[in-house]
Amino acid sequence: MLRKMFDVLEGLYSHLRSMGLVLKHTFAKRVTVQYPEEKPPLAPRWRGRIVLTRDPDGEERCVGCYLCAVACPVDCISLQAAEREEDGRRYPEFFRINFSRCIFCGYCEEACPTYAIQLTPDFEMCEYNRQNLVYEKQDLLISGVGKYPGYNFYNVAGLATKGKPKGQHENEDAPVDVRSLLP
Amino acid sequence: MAIIYIDGKPLETQDGQNLLEACIELGLNVPYFCWHPALGSVGACRQCAVKQYRDENDKQGRLVMSCMTLVTDGMRISVDESESKDFRANIIDWMMTNHPHDCPVCDEGGECHLQDMTLMTGHNYRTYRFKKKTYVNQNLGPFINHEMNRCIQCYRCVRYYKDYAGGHDLDAFASHNHVYFGRHEDGVLESEFSGNLVEVCPTGVFTDKTLKEHFTRRWDYTTAPSVCVHCALGCNITPGERYGKLRRIRNRYNRSVNGYFLCDRGRYGYEFVNSDKRPKAPLKRQMIDGKPVHVPMTRDEALSEIGKFFSNGSKAIGIGSPRASLEANFALRALVGAENFYLGLSKADGKLLSAVLEIVLSGPARQPSLGELKDHDAVLILGEDMTNVAPIAALNIRQSVNNQPRANAKAMGIPEWNDLPVRRAMDTDRGPLFIASVAPTRLDDVATQTFHATPDGIASLGFAIANFIDPQSPAANVSGEVRALAQQIATALQSAQKPLVVSGPSCRSEAVIQAAANIAWALCRKAKPAGIYFAAPESNSVGLGLFGGANIENAAEALRKGGADTLVVLENDLYRRVPAALVDELLSLAKHVLVVDHQYSATAQKAEYVLPGATFAEGDGTLVNNIGRAQRMMQVFNPEGEITESWRWLRRLRAASGKGREDEWISFDSFLHALVAEIPAFSHILDAAPTAAFRVGGLKIPRQSHRYSGRTAMKANVAVSETGVTADPDSPMSFSMEGFSMMTPAALMSSFWTPGWNSAQSITRFQEEVNGPLEGGDPGVRLIEPQPDSAVPYFDAVETNESHDAAWTALPLYHIYGSEELSASSPAVAELSPKPYAMLHSDDARARGLLDGDAVTVKIDGQEISTSLKTNDTMARGVVCLPAGLEDAPYIEFPAAAEILRSVTS
Amino acid sequence: MSSVVTSLLVIVFVLFSLLTTASLLIWLERRLLALWQDRYGPNRVGPFGLGQVLADMIKIFFKEDWTPPFADRPVFVIAPTFIVITALMSFAVVPFSPSILVSDIDIGVLFFLAMSSLGVYSVALAGWASNNKYALLGALRASAQMLAYEVFMGLSLMGVVAITGSFSMQAIVKAQENIWFIVLQPIGFVIFMIAGIAETHRIPFDLPEAESELVAGFHSEYSGMKFGMFFVGEYIGITLISALLVTLFMGGWHGPFLPPVLWFFIKVFFFICGFILLRASLPRMRYDQLMAFGWKLMLPLSLLNLMATGAVILWSS
Repeated sequence: MLRKMFDVLEGLYSHLRSMGLVLKHTFAKRVTVQYPEEKPPLAPRWRGRIVLTRDPDGEERCVGCYLCAVACPVDCISLQAAEREEDGRRYPEFFRINFSRCIFCGYCEEACPTYAIQLTPDFEMCEYNRQNLVYEKQDLLISGVGKYPGYNFYNVAGLATKGKPKGQHENEDAPVDVRSLLP
Repeated sequence: MAIIYIDGKPLETQDGQNLLEACIELGLNVPYFCWHPALGSVGACRQCAVKQYRDENDKQGRLVMSCMTLVTDGMRISVDESESKDFRANIIDWMMTNHPHDCPVCDEGGECHLQDMTLMTGHNYRTYRFKKKTYVNQNLGPFINHEMNRCIQCYRCVRYYKDYAGGHDLDAFASHNHVYFGRHEDGVLESEFSGNLVEVCPTGVFTDKTLKEHFTRRWDYTTAPSVCVHCALGCNITPGERYGKLRRIRNRYNRSVNGYFLCDRGRYGYEFVNSDKRPKAPLKRQMIDGKPVHVPMTRDEALSEIGKFFSNGSKAIGIGSPRASLEANFALRALVGAENFYLGLSKADGKLLSAVLEIVLSGPARQPSLGELKDHDAVLILGEDMTNVAPIAALNIRQSVNNQPRANAKAMGIPEWNDLPVRRAMDTDRGPLFIASVAPTRLDDVATQTFHATPDGIASLGFAIANFIDPQSPAANVSGEVRALAQQIATALQSAQKPLVVSGPSCRSEAVIQAAANIAWALCRKAKPAGIYFAAPESNSVGLGLFGGANIENAAEALRKGGADTLVVLENDLYRRVPAALVDELLSLAKHVLVVDHQYSATAQKAEYVLPGATFAEGDGTLVNNIGRAQRMMQVFNPEGEITESWRWLRRLRAASGKGREDEWISFDSFLHALVAEIPAFSHILDAAPTAAFRVGGLKIPRQSHRYSGRTAMKANVAVSETGVTADPDSPMSFSMEGFSMMTPAALMSSFWTPGWNSAQSITRFQEEVNGPLEGGDPGVRLIEPQPDSAVPYFDAVETNESHDAAWTALPLYHIYGSEELSASSPAVAELSPKPYAMLHSDDARARGLLDGDAVTVKIDGQEISTSLKTNDTMARGVVCLPAGLEDAPYIEFPAAAEILRSVTS
Repeated sequence: MSSVVTSLLVIVFVLFSLLTTASLLIWLERRLLALWQDRYGPNRVGPFGLGQVLADMIKIFFKEDWTPPFADRPVFVIAPTFIVITALMSFAVVPFSPSILVSDIDIGVLFFLAMSSLGVYSVALAGWASNNKYALLGALRASAQMLAYEVFMGLSLMGVVAITGSFSMQAIVKAQENIWFIVLQPIGFVIFMIAGIAETHRIPFDLPEAESELVAGFHSEYSGMKFGMFFVGEYIGITLISALLVTLFMGGWHGPFLPPVLWFFIKVFFFICGFILLRASLPRMRYDQLMAFGWKLMLPLSLLNLMATGAVILWSS
């Protein structure tokens, strides 16, 4: 009985104490950032607006491998790969992101083997018309390298392109001479 | 039955298997490269290593290559043991030392056996520090893209290409770790089956070049089980669609039909579906500026305008088609009435087809399925160039010559799957294969004997063989040399376990077909389980033949008689079937001409109305192949515009004309039931596939993979608000990724995938046993079965007329690329289709003072065809062979009397 | 004549101030919760976000007023009105000041108890008429909870009544001129406050709604203005309990310097803030705890309190 009463009193105290602690917050500093007037600090790896970057030579990095599209959990990326006739490079014939579906999870960036698709610290992309949230390649492609300044897929891929035949890539031997029997 | 212990668990396996096959059948993940279910084991890649133990006390064990180890009862092995795991990871590590870093731009990526196996073994990072080897690629023609850097030297390509498909121009070059797989120089791969390299190669060395033009990853296709329409064999295919265009054709395994392989016509002929020239809305011919022009109209306009022509009291003539589905032909028959329905065949074609049907329907000889051709041990081909007419049949007949020599290997105790020793034991021995043809064929290299003669000569040989086997069959009057050959063939056929006689209409001779029947029947009557196999010209020729009906010439007669105002032509280009003059007459006799077709053919171009029909990829239908196997093809995707199945157009017209009710035959199943009720011969086609009400776990079967990408973006450029998924009332499949994709019946199985197995090799996971039928049985039903006790009399022998002084006999030569109407408009196939030519025996040519390459004019039926001359040393004498069915070439009714003149060269 | 006009004026004043207060409370609660959670709360619409009240009202008036097809339509429609009507009726006996009072009836306290008992019908009927298992569960919980807590709610007031010797509210207030009853009846005050929170089903006694367990309990199926009535009813309920706490225990409108009606409002405001603080700091009880707490602790305690009060009154008289 005494134990029960003690429990009741202890419970009462704990309740009153929590109320007191909450009340103390009347004088605490508020943590809310007053967004439109006060811009929040964004980390460089913030997952915001998606862009397509270019390699250091200024060519499109995207090779149209479809990995971003398949990684996308909301299926909001669609593209068509094509091969450029003049130099044999793959590129996306069209590249479309439906930002009205995008959840900015960054899986596309993770999946991208050429560092082409990158998420940027920009989230201010509201529109009054949903249709304007459908971004085509010209809206996505930027003229810089983004987060990975030095990377050029075609330097390491081993795929022959114009001006970079077999054996000219990093860490590659000259093409094998099929007619030679030397080791 | 053998019990083996894998990681301590007792498991049942079949006797005579190798360990790898056993593991695969048990659903274990043992990685491998060089083994292929159709090619057997060679133990080259060392990837399938597992640990074998002497007995339960053996803790040490030893590594064995599972593909080279015969399963024995009580055997103890371990797959998960760490040493074998490390070994397998090491093997991949070594294989990957030179593999390039180009998966993102490799078309194999996502369905790559090498990717799967790398993941399976757990190899992650390349530890080799030195430079990668590179190779220069070759241009291998319009079908195959070559990227030699990716090669892992498993030798599957040359084993398939040379040993299986009989090609000569792909080989391994150079030595040690420089081995190179390619041709001796750039050039088109000669084999008609080169496209299978795409699926045989475990990685991206050989990829589909036509796919590269509109590349799509494996997971992004909308697929459905379908049937190839480019010849009569009915090979099972999986077409893949994306963004409204057909992207590629992949093989769909069906043991009873095509097995693992497709021919290049079937694989690369698909692009006619994507043609811009196709009609996409109902068209009406109008005169604009004095020229007839087809202008589009709406569906309702078209139906109300055209429907009137069929209303009660008016008579319409309908011409069916051997390349249209059973349903389409039946819908036409229902629209115009059975008495006004004509098969879309010329008189000559119809006669040959009914000769074949009469033989197979009433005779005692069974028609083996396409897959069973491999099992025969003596084959006689009468007057047919199988490679160009029925390509996969030729590939399977090529395998049949190995059956007798395999006995050598069996006698030495070598298991059948142990490929290299079996081939050593076979040496150069080949089983009996006799080919009688007008001109050399692509199977001649494995033939025991070839015989080149005129169709009559071939028929006589056939009758002589039959006479040798069963003296009751009519004798033929043949020379001594031919007689000796006939005896040799008769002996070979009689001493075989399962002889097979192959023939077909390519010789344009009923006698050849009858001779083949006589041989098969004679064998049957001598208690040999002889098979008979007829090639047929088009995808639904036999189905159309089973309808029964008159031919195009009869249709012309009926029109001439008057009374009929309207002519309906169903999926048929009449200019390819009968002389142009007759077609012109037909079209001018009818007041209204309506063409329902998916191609804007020459006939369609002259029609008053054209209704846009669906191709095989855009509609459901049933096709009956050359041996009477009915197979369902499911719609792959929803086409743009007003394109829909021909049967649906004709049903709508029937309703619009007041002949049928508006709500009649709305669904495919109800229509199919109407067909079967009307024509009982087709009653089994209902079993070809489950009905539209079929569900697995209450769900439809998805046409898209569970990884299908871009659903919310692919049409967002048109409108960001997503439209719903189109319902499919005709089949139990959904046009989306929603549904249940496991436990699917084989008839609805279009893409084969299990976790960890993304490549074409995943097929082994869906077979009842390695090389066995698909789980639940192979799809398709046989409509024609033999009458074993039939007492049909033998056909009479023909009188041979060997004199060829008066004129040349013009005969057709069929070409795998170019002779078939639909595939010929696919750019890759068109690139390889031959230029027009006329071919003569070199002696015949020399006698006329003509040389190879001369410009000549061939005069047939008053038509003058200017072409260039080809000569051949072995073909039949007195015959001029012309390529059949080439685009823009005029129609010739073969056989024809021809005159050859040297063209006047300027 | 003039008394009728006065009464009407008083009624209009009471109704107006109550409805205004109810809507302002929505804003106040959000702001206070935000304050105690180190946020701002609604601060965008108008000064201090006061326009939010108007915006919310406009919103709730224009929302689709949907009645589920499976619901018992007449009951479904009537149920939400009950809660508002009963709470407003209770205010008829609340003295705002010596002169501002709708009706000084002799049985004021009993009238209030009767009205608050009626309020349970609203919740029970709403849950029943919704024809939805969550709503019904909410309604069942509400009925049991209100039944349990009403018993000692009444008992807790009896001490006050005994001391005053009258059920009239005005009399009770006047009796507190010298000493507030919170001093004489501290246990009665605590019990009444707890019972009051439970009657308005506010946190920590919001089991009938319990959005994390029952979606939204008895008003799961309500939307638009019908939902708005539950919403408003809840805030009027809070005001009512606060007003009664002030009237019965905190000396009503008594207070120095300021006019009585202002004192009344200041005290009420204080209790309302207390209610909100409770919501900001305490978690929801478990249902068995709620019942055990009511029947096993509060009821005996209120009986003891009544007995002790009675004894003291007997002894001192």
